[in-house]
Amino acid sequence: MSSRRINILSNIDWVTIAIYFLLVTAGWFCIYGAVYNMEEVPFWDFNYRYGKQLIWIGLASVIALFLMLLDSKIYNIFAYHIYALLLLLLLVTIFVAPEIKGSRSWLVLGPISLQPAEFAKTATALALAKFMSSYNFKLYNLRNATIVGLIIFIPFLLIILQNETGSALVYVSLLLVLYREGMPGIFLFLAFCLAVIFIVSIRFGAEPIISAFPEESYGLFLVMIFSLLVQILFLLIYEKNNKVPLIIFIASAVIFFVGMLVYKLADFPIKFTYLGFGVMGIVTLYLIFNAISERRKTFVLIALFGLFSIGFSSLSETAFNSLLPHQQTRIKVTLGMENDPKKAGYNVNQSKIAIGSGGLTGKGFLNGTQTKLKYVPEQDTDFIFCTVGEEYGFVGSVTVLFLFLFLFLRLLFLAERQRSLFSRIYGYCVASIVFFHLTINIGMVLGLTPVIGIPLPFFSYGGSSLWGFTILLFIFLRLDVSRTEYFV
Amino acid sequence: MINDLYGNRKYVIGGLMVLVVLIYILRLFSLQILDDSYQDKADSNAYLKQIEFPARGLIKDRNGKILVFNKPSYDVMMVVREMKQFDTLGFCTLLNISQEEFDIRMKDLKKRVGYSSYTPQQFMTQLPPEDYGVLQEQLFRFPGVYMQMRTIRNYNYSAAALLLGSVGEVNRKMIEKDEFYVLGDYAGQNGVEQTYENVLRGKKGVEVFLRDAHGRIQGKLDDGAHDVQSKAGQNLTLSIDIDLQMYGERLMENKVGSIVAIDPKTGEILAQVSSPTYDPAILSGRKRSENYEKLLKNPLKPLLDRPVMAYYPPGSTFKIANALIFEQEGIISENTYQSCHLGYHVGRFSVGCHAHYSPLNLVQSVQHSCNAYYCASFRTMMDHKKYKNISDAFETWKNHIVSLGFGYKLGADVPNEKRGYIPNSGVYDKLYGKDRWKSLMIVSNSIGQGEILTTPLQIANLAAIVANRGYFIVPHLVKNIEGGEIDSLYLTKKITSISPQYFTPIIEGMDLVMRAGTGWYSRIDSVAVCGKTGTAENPHGEDHSLFMAFAPKDDPKIAICVVVENSGFGATWAAPIASLMIEKYLKGYIAPRRIPMEEKMLNSNLLPKDVVSSN
Repeated sequence: MSSRRINILSNIDWVTIAIYFLLVTAGWFCIYGAVYNMEEVPFWDFNYRYGKQLIWIGLASVIALFLMLLDSKIYNIFAYHIYALLLLLLLVTIFVAPEIKGSRSWLVLGPISLQPAEFAKTATALALAKFMSSYNFKLYNLRNATIVGLIIFIPFLLIILQNETGSALVYVSLLLVLYREGMPGIFLFLAFCLAVIFIVSIRFGAEPIISAFPEESYGLFLVMIFSLLVQILFLLIYEKNNKVPLIIFIASAVIFFVGMLVYKLADFPIKFTYLGFGVMGIVTLYLIFNAISERRKTFVLIALFGLFSIGFSSLSETAFNSLLPHQQTRIKVTLGMENDPKKAGYNVNQSKIAIGSGGLTGKGFLNGTQTKLKYVPEQDTDFIFCTVGEEYGFVGSVTVLFLFLFLFLRLLFLAERQRSLFSRIYGYCVASIVFFHLTINIGMVLGLTPVIGIPLPFFSYGGSSLWGFTILLFIFLRLDVSRTEYFV
Repeated sequence: MINDLYGNRKYVIGGLMVLVVLIYILRLFSLQILDDSYQDKADSNAYLKQIEFPARGLIKDRNGKILVFNKPSYDVMMVVREMKQFDTLGFCTLLNISQEEFDIRMKDLKKRVGYSSYTPQQFMTQLPPEDYGVLQEQLFRFPGVYMQMRTIRNYNYSAAALLLGSVGEVNRKMIEKDEFYVLGDYAGQNGVEQTYENVLRGKKGVEVFLRDAHGRIQGKLDDGAHDVQSKAGQNLTLSIDIDLQMYGERLMENKVGSIVAIDPKTGEILAQVSSPTYDPAILSGRKRSENYEKLLKNPLKPLLDRPVMAYYPPGSTFKIANALIFEQEGIISENTYQSCHLGYHVGRFSVGCHAHYSPLNLVQSVQHSCNAYYCASFRTMMDHKKYKNISDAFETWKNHIVSLGFGYKLGADVPNEKRGYIPNSGVYDKLYGKDRWKSLMIVSNSIGQGEILTTPLQIANLAAIVANRGYFIVPHLVKNIEGGEIDSLYLTKKITSISPQYFTPIIEGMDLVMRAGTGWYSRIDSVAVCGKTGTAENPHGEDHSLFMAFAPKDDPKIAICVVVENSGFGATWAAPIASLMIEKYLKGYIAPRRIPMEEKMLNSNLLPKDVVSSN
C-alpha cells in the first residue's frame, strides 16, 4: 500500500492539479461576485450559492482524492459497466425527473439533485476508450465503426430526449478523438459542412432572395454557393490541372454577378435559384464527364456532394418546419434569428455589455455593476465568464483563456505520453470535452456562437457540473500516474 | 509502444485549440479595448440618476414687487407592480377623471420609453395643490400611488405676459445645444424667462442610485458620494414698473399696438406693452399647450411681441432724426427757411402737407410737421456738391440713421428683437440701375415713408436720444441680477454721430408740438412734454397712429413711443395714450381736466371690425 502511495505522489501531474485548483478558485470568486447582493453576508453562508459551491468544491476534492486512491485498472475493467449504469440512469431520468425550465435532466434524491448527463460524459469516454483500445480494433472495420458510433450516439440521443440539447451536442466533440485515432479528416470536414448547411438553411430559409419572388429561399441559394465553393476546394485538392476549379470559380462568380447587375440596374427580376441550379448543373455535368473519361471515383463523389448539399438543405428546412412553434422559437433564438434585445437576444446583449464595459483591467472584485445588479441572467452558471470580463477586464479574461489553453495542451501532452491506448484515448476524450465546453460557452458569452446552455468547466456554479468534470479529469490523472504499468 | 500512424494529428488538434482561444482573445480585444460604447451602456443600465430640480429664480419689478414666483404642483406617480386590488373607481372619482381616461393614461404610461413596473411612472402631471390635498389624505387607499412635487410658475399680476415669457418643456434642439437639459425638462421660452434662463434656472442636483435588472433601487452609488445638491436660481429684478405696465395694458385694451417707455438716463425699459395681450398664467401648468395653440390661432397675433418685432414706417417721427442729420451735415441751420404751399411739388411729383403758415424755420417745421421742409432739405443733402455723388450722400445719411439706433438690432435683452430696415445705396442701384437714381426718387425717406421700417423700441430709443441730447444706453429690461452682474452693454453710453448743440432747436420744436402743434390735445399742464406725432401709411388699411415723446423737457425721466395700429392720425390716439403714460409715471395721477380723455382712451375699441375681440 505505502509503496503505491509514494508512487502516486511522485508520478502525479501536479501542473494539471495546480491549473485545476486555480480555475476552481477563480470560478468561486466569480460566483461570489455574481451572487453577491450588497448586503454583508459571510461567504460561508450556505443559503447562498457561493456558500454551497464551497461545499461542492470540498466534496469534489474528496472525490478527487478517492479517485487517486483507487486502482487504475478498475476503470478499464468496469468501463462498460459504468457506461451501462449511466445509460440506465439517463433513461430513468427522462421518466422520473421533474420538468425544470423545459428539460427533464435532474434526478432528485431527497435534498440532493444530480444531473446524470454531467457524469455520462465520463462514462462514454471510458467505454469509447475501452472499445477502441481493444485487441484487433480497426476504425475502418464497418462493424467497429458502427459500434463506436453507437457508443457516442446512445447517450447523445438520451440526453436529447431529456431536452438538454446543449449537453448532448458535447458528444460531437468526440469526433476529435476519432480523428486522432485515424478517422479520415474528411469526416470531420463533412460534419462541419453538415452543420453549416443546417444552420444556413434554417437561418435564411424563410427569407426571399429578392422581393419579387417570395417563394425562393435565400437559404437554399446560400447553400448552393457554399456547395460550389466546397466542390472547388475538393477539385483544388484532387484535380491535378489546377486551372479548372479556377475557371469554374470565375465563371460562376461572373454569372451571379451579371445576374445581380441585371437585377439591380435594369430592375429585371431574376430567379436566382434557377441561376444557381444552372451553374450547379453545368459543374455536375463536367464532373461526371470527367469521371467517365478519366475513370475516377473522386469526381463522382464531388458531384454527389452538390446533390447531397441541396438534399440536406431541403431536409433541414422540412424538419425545422415540422417542429412545434416553441421548439422552432428555441432554435431561432439559438441561431440569433430573433434578436429583440428585450427578449431572446437579451442575455447575449447584456453579456456583451458586461464584458465590453470591463475595459483593460476591469472594474475590480465586486465592483461590476452588470454583475452585481443582475443584468445578465444565469450569471453564476452559463454566463459566469461575464463576471470575469467585467470585474477583471481584458487582462483577467485573457488570463483565464490562457489557463484553459494551457490545460488543453497539457492534457494533450499527458495523453501523448501514455503507453496504453486506453489511457491515450481517454485523455483525448477529456481534452476534447473540456475544449468543446469552453468553445461553446465563451463563444456564446462573446456573442460568437449560438446560445447553447452548457457550463464553463470548473467555473460555473453547480455540484453536478463540478463533480462531473472533476471525475472526468482525475480519472485521467490517475491513469497517468500508472502510465508505466500498461503496455497494451 | 502503441501503434501510432496518426501521431502528427495531435498538432492539428492542438492547433485547433490555439486557434479558438486566439479568436476569442481577438474578440475580447475588440469588445473590451477597441469599443468603448459598452461602458456607457453598462452605466445607463446600472445608474439611475434622480434629478433634484432647483427652484427657479423669482422675477421682481423695479420697485421690488414680485411678478413671478413658484407654486408647488404635484405629479401623480404609479408603481404598477404595487397596484394590487386597485380601487379604480374611487381613484377616478378623487381625481375627477373618467374610467376611460384612466385606462388611456395607464396604457400610455406602460408604452413610455424606459417603463418599468418596479419604479414610479408619471400618471398625471401638475396637479394643483387643492387636488393634491384631497388625494394625499386618501393615498393609503391606493397602494402604488405616489406624489412627486415639482414647481410651476405663478404670477401676481395678469400683465407683461410677452416680456416675461413663460416656462415650457424643452425641445430636441435645445437638448442638443445645451447638455444641461434632458427630455422633459423645463426652460424659459420667450421674454426674460428665455433671455435670463441661465440665471433663473439654477443648478440641478442629482442623486445617483443603483438600479438592478428589474428596475428596483439597490441603494446609492458609493453611499451618495456622487450626489450633487441642487442650487436655486438667482432672482431677477426688472426695470419694469408693473403699475405703469398694467396702466399701459389697460389703455391699449381693445387696440392693436405697442407702448415702449424708457428711462433715457439709464436705458431701462419702464413699460413695454404689446397689445392684444393675455394672462401669463394661462401658459403655466397643465393647459399650457392647449392655450398656446389658441393664442397661435388668434388672428390678432397676441404672441407677436410688437414692441420689438412689429415693423412700421416711422412716419413723421422720423423727421426728428432727419432734422438732426441735416443740421449735423450743415445742410440746414436753425434759421433755414422753407416755403410750403400745402405740400412739396416738383413737376408731377407731389407730397401733400396740411395748412400752416409759410415759410417756416426748423423749429416751426418740427412743430407743424412740415413735409415740404424735409423733402426739400433731404434733396438738398442728396444733391449737395460736398458729396462725391448721390450714393455717397445717401451712405452718409444712412450711417447717421444707423448711429441713431435704426437698421440693426439694438441689443435689448428680449429674445426676438428685429432689426428693422434701412436701405443702403446698393438697394437703389439694384432698383434703378447703378447711379441711375435721383434724389427725387428717394425723397419719401425724409418723411419716414418709403422703404424704411422701424420697431416701436427703435422709435422710443430715438426719443431717448433726443432727451439725452445725443447719446443712448441700449434699452433693456434687467435692473439687477441677485448675486450676478448685468451685461456691460446696458451700462455704457452710446454716443451718436449728432453733436449735442443740434438738439436744442429740435427739442424746442417738440415742446411746441405739445403746446401749439399737433400734440396740443394731449398736453399736460404740469409737465413740459416734448413730443412728435406720426402717421405711418398703411397700404393694407387704415394708417397707424404713432407718437414719440419724452418728459420733462429739462430733466427727462421718461422717453416713450406709442403705436396704435389702424387708428389714423398720431395725434388722435397715440399721443393721448403716451401723455397719460407720462403723467401717470411722473405724477402718479391723472389731472381732473384730462379724466374724460383718459376715459375715452380706456373705453375705445379700435379693433378691426371683422375680428372678434379676444377679451
